[in-house]
Amino acid sequence: MKAVLLIAQRDLAAWFKGWLGFVIIAALLCLMGVVFQATAMGDRSVLSSKVVTWFFWLGFGFTSAAGVFLSMGSLSGEVRSQSIVTLFTAPISEWQIVLGKWLASFAFVLVFVGLTFHMPLLVAVNGSVSGGHLLAGYLGLVLTAGMMTAIGTFTSSLTRHWLVAGIGAGLIVGLLVIFWWFADKIQPPFSDVVAYLSVYSKHFDDLAHGTINTRSIVYFVSMTFLALLGARVALGARRWR
Amino acid sequence: MIQVTALTKYYGRTRAIHDLSFTIESGTIAGFLGPNAAGKTTALKILAGYLLPTSGNVSVSGIDLVAAPEKLRAHIGFLPEDPPLYDEMTVGAYLGYLGKLRGLDGGALKQRLPEVLEQSGLVGFEQRVIGTLSLGFRKRVGIAQAIVHDPELLILDEPISGLDPVQIVEMRKLIRALGGKHTILISSHILTEVEKTCDHLLVLARGELVATGTEDELLARFSRSTRFYVVVRGDAAEARSVLEAAPLVQQVEPGRAERGLATFAVTLSDDQPEQIAALLVGAGLGLHRLEPARNELEQAFVAMTGDRKEATA
Repeated sequence: MKAVLLIAQRDLAAWFKGWLGFVIIAALLCLMGVVFQATAMGDRSVLSSKVVTWFFWLGFGFTSAAGVFLSMGSLSGEVRSQSIVTLFTAPISEWQIVLGKWLASFAFVLVFVGLTFHMPLLVAVNGSVSGGHLLAGYLGLVLTAGMMTAIGTFTSSLTRHWLVAGIGAGLIVGLLVIFWWFADKIQPPFSDVVAYLSVYSKHFDDLAHGTINTRSIVYFVSMTFLALLGARVALGARRWR
Repeated sequence: MIQVTALTKYYGRTRAIHDLSFTIESGTIAGFLGPNAAGKTTALKILAGYLLPTSGNVSVSGIDLVAAPEKLRAHIGFLPEDPPLYDEMTVGAYLGYLGKLRGLDGGALKQRLPEVLEQSGLVGFEQRVIGTLSLGFRKRVGIAQAIVHDPELLILDEPISGLDPVQIVEMRKLIRALGGKHTILISSHILTEVEKTCDHLLVLARGELVATGTEDELLARFSRSTRFYVVVRGDAAEARSVLEAAPLVQQVEPGRAERGLATFAVTLSDDQPEQIAALLVGAGLGLHRLEPARNELEQAFVAMTGDRKEATA
């Protein structure tokens, strides 16, 4: 665990010292704020809970983007700059490397998630917001951040080019989002499996509406674990190349 | 002691190294020599624990690479040709990070860091950002990270590549100084460097170990010098006629003649310069100097790596 925290701490320090992470976060926050203002905070009379749900839907998209952007260079950058050598020749396991890298990206995306809190607060000032709704929605965003950074870490372990890793992660996330559409087109039992994999309609949507269920939490945690396992396997395979 | 047994590595269907076996005694500075694509870097990466072998094994002080790779890596320090550095970190923070990653705790690290900075000539550079350092100092930081955990085996891949002459001399001193405390394995294709730094040589060609031993042992086995520089004190014309009359001499090329000393480049039919010495002295001329015209290790290297059948015979 010590090595995991060391790696995460170093990467986080690099994020905070550099400007790229802040630019990504600032750009996404600005964009999200503009979209939120334009679509949810108009003069129309809408229930506060509906506005908050809409905020979490938006949050899902922007957190996914932040997750992919901030993790796509985590391992590919180390491979490209050859600094992976220091990690590969240290007395630590591939799991520790992967977890450390993922944890740093995850923590930085959580900074983004935390900075979105003023938006539901604005709704609370002008209306009435349930604490449980906020808790469930933010739990969803945290789980989304974990899963998306894990997917970014996985694709980042496959290539030395961060752009390729980013495109790969974007494709995987896109597929997981539109699986509900595929599920409608195919027959059971495959449709049930594909529907279960649909991250947004089957899992995040409940959380965005303020409902916490074990099935969704298990989904997010298991998908995160699978992506990290994939990264660990891909990284381990580098020792044989 | 470093024990390498039947080490083989394939990249897909391409064989990089085959059946490498050798032993390096503790405290030795060993040189890994070989032409480009001989398999040196692959072998070093396996020894450093970066790559896993297709077959065979490496053990350092009885710790096995295949059975306990993480444990083994704690005993090894590795400097690749391009030092793996984080440019945004300061030298002190970088060494501290790697020290902790390699198992040093707070107290041990606090004690070790000043020693490492001293050994690698980086005192006063702790607060410097790595990205602002010259190549010579980046190499020093690379060496510092490799020794921060006081490893038994230190592996240096082309440690002088890219350095200027002053930096090369400093790096050589640094490696020599580290030699007493660590077993060092240096890879290089610069023969003079290996000649000046290493106690023991391992020669690799086409992925196979073609020769191993001290420089003198390898020269005795592989070097056949037939061209010599002869410097004679006395009459240059007389010296030339004595040399040209000798049956062993194939060619005499006169060089500079000044202050009573005449220089000749002489090509012999066999590696027997002592006969030339006897002839000149017998003719009443003074033999000021007699030396091989080419770098002998270079000749031996060509013999070892150029024709494998001859080299392994």
